Formats: sequence, structure tokens, C-alpha cells
Amino acid sequence: MGFLDIKQATKSYGPVQVLHETNISIEEGEFLVLVGPSGCGKSTLLNMIAGLEDITTGEIAIRGRNMNGIKPADRNIAMVFQSYALYPNMTVGGNISFGMEMHGIPKPEREKRIAQVADLLQISHLLDRKPGQLSGGQRQRVAMGRALVREPDVFLFDEPLSNLDAKLRVDMRTEIKKLHQKLGTTIVYVTHDQIEALTLSTRIAVMYGGYVQQLGTPKEIYDNPANMFVAGFMGSPSMNLFPAKVVEDGGRPAAEVSLADGKRAAIPFANGTLASSIGRDIILGIRPEAITDKDGADRNSSSVHLVEAPVEVTEPAGSDTFVVSQISGKDVTGRFRADVPVTAGETFKFAFNMEKAVAFDPKSENRIA
Amino acid sequence: MSTAPDTPDTRAIAPAALSGTHKTSGLGLRPARILLYVLLVFFCLYYLLPLYVMVVNSLKPLGEITAGGMMALPKDWTLAPWGSAWSSAQVGVEATGLRPYFLNSIIMVVPAVACSTLVGALNGYVLTKWTFKGATILFGLLLFGCFIPFQMVLIPMARMLGLMGLAGSVPGLIFVHFVYGIGFSTLYFRNYYAAFPTELVKAAQIDGAGFFRIFWRILLPSSGPIAVVCVIWQFTNIWNDFLFGASFSDFDSQPMTVALNNLVQSSTGVKEYNVHFAGAIMAALPTLLVYIVAGRYFVRGLMAGSVKG
Repeated sequence: MGFLDIKQATKSYGPVQVLHETNISIEEGEFLVLVGPSGCGKSTLLNMIAGLEDITTGEIAIRGRNMNGIKPADRNIAMVFQSYALYPNMTVGGNISFGMEMHGIPKPEREKRIAQVADLLQISHLLDRKPGQLSGGQRQRVAMGRALVREPDVFLFDEPLSNLDAKLRVDMRTEIKKLHQKLGTTIVYVTHDQIEALTLSTRIAVMYGGYVQQLGTPKEIYDNPANMFVAGFMGSPSMNLFPAKVVEDGGRPAAEVSLADGKRAAIPFANGTLASSIGRDIILGIRPEAITDKDGADRNSSSVHLVEAPVEVTEPAGSDTFVVSQISGKDVTGRFRADVPVTAGETFKFAFNMEKAVAFDPKSENRIA
Repeated sequence: MSTAPDTPDTRAIAPAALSGTHKTSGLGLRPARILLYVLLVFFCLYYLLPLYVMVVNSLKPLGEITAGGMMALPKDWTLAPWGSAWSSAQVGVEATGLRPYFLNSIIMVVPAVACSTLVGALNGYVLTKWTFKGATILFGLLLFGCFIPFQMVLIPMARMLGLMGLAGSVPGLIFVHFVYGIGFSTLYFRNYYAAFPTELVKAAQIDGAGFFRIFWRILLPSSGPIAVVCVIWQFTNIWNDFLFGASFSDFDSQPMTVALNNLVQSSTGVKEYNVHFAGAIMAALPTLLVYIVAGRYFVRGLMAGSVKG
């Protein structure tokens, strides 16, 4: 049994089931990120943990205590909202103090804790201001201060960074991570931003259509996606997914694809998992960073295969150059070093690192190799 | 980096673009504008004329009015009509002036406005933040209540007041206006709170605040503009109401509007127009005062819902 246990929890509104049976268990001090596109049920699940939404069936337990039917205030949780949800009529100090006041903590103690938290978040000079007088980043800090001061068992974050501008978002992301490392608290964090999910979490639950598609560490999710949704959703640019046929090439299974110039190429797999599936149609998944020029390929990989293919577009992005070629009718992007000489319209030798390739069943969309 | 304001192009364009609109005051008023102002001033005066007549005639002796010259300024300025209207004019049976009825109106209007506003706020809070099955229908019914003509409820209401033992009393009038006001105040607050972020309520719930605590500590302190709108609306309606006042009150519980009517209607012998004018102004003053004090919030409150989004 973990610190936070979600056991067979579901949520329905009338006949519509928005969250299908979900099982997640995390240990104390873990940073769980629920990630998925809008409408996937991630915020619903968070609200269920918070007690703002009832659980239709199943159970949610914190520290082994069943939380079904327990009021949000009595769950010893704190939440940071997307819009910060600072009380506009109270000062920053008042906002941070409100929860403690409601829980009957005496004033001297409240003031001591406010001072500590304000110091930690560097908002001491803002305590007398109203939320309306603060910038987005400052509001964000106050909202976190309000949560921190409660010293809860679990922190809940509901897309806390999505209202900030791009630069501030990256800064605050780092700060949240630092804060987590410093305080070691258990966090459940909802976001639709897969980068936030990968950078912050110790564990990720990728959600879609009311189902947890995959639960795992960031590395597991990134390297070994359970299905095509997870593969396409996590990572930027997203994983290349294109149809291929398993053929035999020199005694090993290989993926046969068609190139833009009408030629066909067989790219041998790194292992023999698909040896029994010769002739089967698959979807091959390979991340952009596993498609490079020859010199940029991973030297530790024993399975780099060169494929000569026409270059359709190059997109210089400063640190990298993204090179697009058509394979089996799909745009396939490779991530090249910035100064590799590639020109659109010419053919180029793409290096495929097949150690990083994965294969999916086109019908079930599940991972097969 | 940003050198745009100094480029020759913008310098050349700017004065030309401005001269057509904003800079006219410096060059004197143009004929069209003068005509516009003259017209506006004319309408303004026309609109203020009745008030002028009332004020002027309430400050002259009766003789000057009956001698004609209703529009003229008083030759003999006097406050006597005001004194008479306030404390000694014949209203109904006794010569009490309007003072007791003015007090009746105050005693009626303050609790009725306060209660209907507060209950409206509570309704709005429940209808937007604690919605339940049938909430929309309930709100629809409350709205429907706003548009039921007063006359329709007279008889059922009289029966109700009788059963409650409130017939012919100021508390009875308070009750009637309180109930009738709930529809509108609920409408105001519901629409205002609909734009109020629900996340704040959730945050307060997690912070440990209960139903009423959230209402008192979070929502009410943020409801200033809409509360002002509601108070002005209710105050004006209840203060100016004649029908309920005339229907549900006795001699000693009549509100100002009814008493004013009695003052004007019941005078035997000579009609004291100057006293009537003074009384009419007295009846209008409180609403005027409310508008002057809270008027700017009124406009702001009416706009608040649309601007905040």
C-alpha cells in the first residue's frame, strides 16, 4: 500500500463515464504528473483526490485512510489552481493565512508560518498587497505559499503554469522542482504540457479518453510507450509513426517502408522480437533524435542503419535542424545537428538508430515490440 | 530598438490625423459642435423644467401662485410651505404633516431593501456555486415572479397578510416588498456570481471554509458593485411604490407616497399648491440622494458583468 492509493476509482455523470477504472499508487515524496489532452479526465481525477468531486465507485486513500465522503478540508491536502484562485478581497498575507484561520490555528503561530513561507518563496515584501496588484508570477508564488503553509500530506497542482508566459513558465517549473527536492512532499500535478510532465515528475500517468494509458517513470514513458497515443503525445516534436511491413532481411526481421522517390527500403530491427511476425503490417515508431545524419548517430548503438531518402523540407531551429522526409506517405522528422549540410530536394543518407525504434499494431494501436 | 515614433512618416501623419478630431478645442468650437451643445442644453433645461417649477413654487407664498406667474421666481422667499408639509399639513384625518409617513417609509424601505438584497445574494450564490437538480427551473420561476403584475397578487397577498396577522401594518409592507424584491435581486446576483470564478469557492473549501463562511468572507466582500445596483433598484422601487402602500396599510402605517396623495387629495378649501410641491420634493429626495451617493457605482455595477468576462 502506498502513500496515495487510487483503487478502481471511476467517475460518471449520469450515464456518461468520464473516468474509467483507475488504479494508481504512489509513495511518499513522489511527484506524480497526470498528463493528457483536454477532456481526458485528468482534472476530474485531481478533483476527486481533492474531494471536490465525488467518487462514483472505487476508493481513494491517503496514508491508508479512505477518503471517500471526507470533506476537502479534512483530507489534509492543499491545492494550487490554474487561475491561482487568490481571494481578491484579502491581502497576500490574508490569503495565505485564511486556511490556517479556518483550521483554528492561533494567530502567533499563523504569523510565524506566514513569515517562513513568505521567506521561502521570496514574497515577504508583498504580504500587504492585494492580489490585483501582483504580476502573474507573483500570484503564482502566493498561490503556492497558500498551499505550502498548510503543511499538507499531498499537494495538488491543477495546471499551475498554464497562465504564465513562456519564459516565466520555464523558470517556475524549475522552482517547483527545486521546492519538491527541498521539501520532499508528495505532489500530484495536472498538466497538458508533456514537457512539464517529463521534467518534473518521478512518475507520469498519461491519460486519454478517461483511461490511464500508461503509468510509469518519465524514461519508461518516453522510451517504451505502451501504445500509439502515448508515443505520439509525449515528446516534442512527437514520435514519428509510419506504416511498415515486417520482412526478413539477412536472417533478421526488418521494417520495409516506401520512400518518396518510389524506392523501398528495409530497415533491420535491433532485435528479433518480430521474427515470428514476418509479413505483418505494423506502425513503426521512432523518435526524431533517433533519425540523424551518419556522424550524429548514437555511437553506443549497435544498430544504426543508413537509408538514402529524398529531403523534403529542412527547418533550422538554432540548436538543431529538423529534416523532413516522406516515408510510407507520412512526414518523418529527423533531428540533426545545426550545421549538417542538408538541402531540400536532394537525397541524403538518414541514419536510423533502430535500438530506439518501437512497433505498434495498426488496429489495436498497442505496442508489440 | 523601437524607433517608430521618430520616423519621418509617423511625424508627418500624426498632426494631420489628430487635427480632425481631438485638437478642435484649441482652435475654437466649430458650428456643428456649437449647435449640438445648444440642442443638448435646451433638452436639459426642458427636462429640468418640472423640477424648477416644483422648487420655485414650494418657496413662495400661496398668494403668489394663485396670482399666476407659475414660472416666476418668488418675490417673497419663504420656507413656510416646507415646514407645513413636514409637520403641520392636513394629511388624512389629522394635521400631522408628512413626517410620520416619511418615517413609515424609512422603517419600511430599509429592512425590505436589506433583506431582499441579502436573500438575493444568497440565492445567487446557491444558484451558481452550489447548483442542484432543478436549479435552472427554480431560477426561471423566480424570474417569472419579477414579471407578474402587481395587481394580480393583491388579493392573495391580502389574504396571506391577514392570516399572518400582518395586515395594515408596516411589517406587513416590509414583508410584501421583501418577497417581491427577491426575484430581481436574485437575478442581479445570480448573473454577477456566474462570472465569479468557481475556483475561488473550491479553494476556500479546501482551506476549510463552509457554506456560509465562503459567502461572508469570499463572495460578499467582492459583490460591492452589484450590491449597489441592487440596493438602488430596490430602494427606488419600494420607496416609490404606491399600489402596495395604498392596499396593505392603515392610516398609521401609510408610506410616504400614499400620504402625499392624501395630502394633495384631501385638502378641504383652498389647495395649498406650495405645500404640495414641497411635499412632492420631500417624497422624491431620498431616491435622489441614493442616486447621487451611489450613482457612479450604479453604472459601474451594470457594466461589471460584461467587462469582467
